[in-house]
Amino acid sequence: MADEVGTEENGGDASQETEAPEAPKDPPGKALRELVDAEFPGAILEQTAYEDREDEVTFVLSEEALPKVAAFLRDHPAASFKILTDLTAAHYPDDEKPFQTVYQLVSVDHSRLLRLKVKLKENQEVPSLVEVWSSADWMEREVYDMFGIRFSGHPDLRRIFLPEDWGSHPFRKDYPLEGLGERVYSKPKRKEIGE
Amino acid sequence: MVGVGSQARIEDQASTVPGTEELVINMGPQHPSTHGVLRVILKLDGETVKDVDCDIGYLHRGTEKIGENITYTMFIPYTDRLDYIAAPSSNLAWVQAVESLFDWEIPPRALFIRTIVAELSRIASHLLWLATHALDIGAMTVFLWCFREREMVLDLFERAFGARLTVNAFRLGGLYQDVPNKFLEETREFIDIFPARIDDYETLLTENRIWIQRTRGVGVISAEDALDYALTGPILRASGVRWDLRRAKPYAAYPYVDFVVPIGENGDVYDRYLVRLVEMRESVRIIEQCLDQLPAGPVSCKTPRTIKPPAGEIYHSIENPKGEFGFYLVSDGTETPYRVRIRPPSFINLASLKKLCVGELLADVVAIIGSIDIVLGECDR
Repeated sequence: MADEVGTEENGGDASQETEAPEAPKDPPGKALRELVDAEFPGAILEQTAYEDREDEVTFVLSEEALPKVAAFLRDHPAASFKILTDLTAAHYPDDEKPFQTVYQLVSVDHSRLLRLKVKLKENQEVPSLVEVWSSADWMEREVYDMFGIRFSGHPDLRRIFLPEDWGSHPFRKDYPLEGLGERVYSKPKRKEIGE
Repeated sequence: MVGVGSQARIEDQASTVPGTEELVINMGPQHPSTHGVLRVILKLDGETVKDVDCDIGYLHRGTEKIGENITYTMFIPYTDRLDYIAAPSSNLAWVQAVESLFDWEIPPRALFIRTIVAELSRIASHLLWLATHALDIGAMTVFLWCFREREMVLDLFERAFGARLTVNAFRLGGLYQDVPNKFLEETREFIDIFPARIDDYETLLTENRIWIQRTRGVGVISAEDALDYALTGPILRASGVRWDLRRAKPYAAYPYVDFVVPIGENGDVYDRYLVRLVEMRESVRIIEQCLDQLPAGPVSCKTPRTIKPPAGEIYHSIENPKGEFGFYLVSDGTETPYRVRIRPPSFINLASLKKLCVGELLADVVAIIGSIDIVLGECDR
């Protein structure tokens, strides 16, 4: 009987142990980490969490592993992250890889959150996740608009807030808060009806 | 109209598409039923919508960039200007996000007052939604009635915080000061009369044949697609997914109150209407329980003069009237945040407009935009 209880969690994973309930607290995100490591060894480069909170676990992934791991986390019943609730980026100009794209996942079934991150060099592209979650569409366009990070494989990557001829990416840290002065808009070409 | 939106994908002006029967028309940004400065470019075949493109950004102010250059306390009034229909909810999301970087103990009285005000703002937001949504579809009386009650909620905000719309309601660590007794009395009076007013709206709409014809089976989205598009709030629940952050990740005083999370069956415009009406009734129940249980005591904990959170990053979100409203915050240990990201429900819900509209009739686009319940101040940020 005890064996059955022990193996139901991970589909018969041998590393699963049956421990007393008062065992010392696991580090946050342990179960998910093991799940991903077993399927994609080496995909998670780094793991962080704010004050060991379970919902603030962050996995830093390599950019080529991102779409596979994302689809895996969406489909695996023990993870079941059906919602990509937020997608954004951050700019750390002093780092070797100055850009980070940040993906916030939500699992309705397990009522928990997970954050994925990819660190990028200047001008490096990151695979688009539109294939995995449709909600990535507009959010990737926003990140492209504000940070200039390009998403390879995005079906329709164009600016979403600013005009097409804006030229710069305002949420980068080197962009001044006051902006770059007045701008003159080029008139879009008009086409006559039936032309 | 050639505006900032030179990024439009579909041709930029009203015209026929040569060689086909297709017609491209432009809706907004000054169209009354786009609820603000939303511009929608529609490609039609007859009256059927073939393609949709949204042009947004008219209200883009770079709020996230501003947040990275001012202190944590100074950013609270900026959150008022995001979802200005339910400003206290936006305040709540921000103060809770910053508080979650610390281990402060917020006094219970502050938590209960925050919950009362957040639920009042949910009522105000849903009333404005119902008023404008019904007006779009042609029911004028509902508009006037809803604004009558919304006015009462705004008067309550004025009584408590001195402002009606951009209330700047909460502070890091609690409230600025205790609310006046008169506010609590008038809130009690309001929730006594309000359920009967919801019944009044329902007599006009719920079984109204025209209303049902315009809304039932329109803009349907399945539960699976709703999750795929990251829809949150009443739209997600109308598709049958019972996901409410007040229940899933309880905050403020929600663990101490009893309420129902309504869900729909069909995920159409009519179900979203029903879900929001039930939510208003549940808000009344939550406020009533909070008033009954309201503890005495201080309304703010001891906070340092300069707020310097430890370095690190968090994501904190709450259930806004329009959906999941959250902040991704990166602190570098100084008194200004390193990165502020606003997770906007309107923006992400609006992204599903193409999915909802393609294949529907032109007149239904108005009903669908109304049922998403967007506010452009928070969509464009």
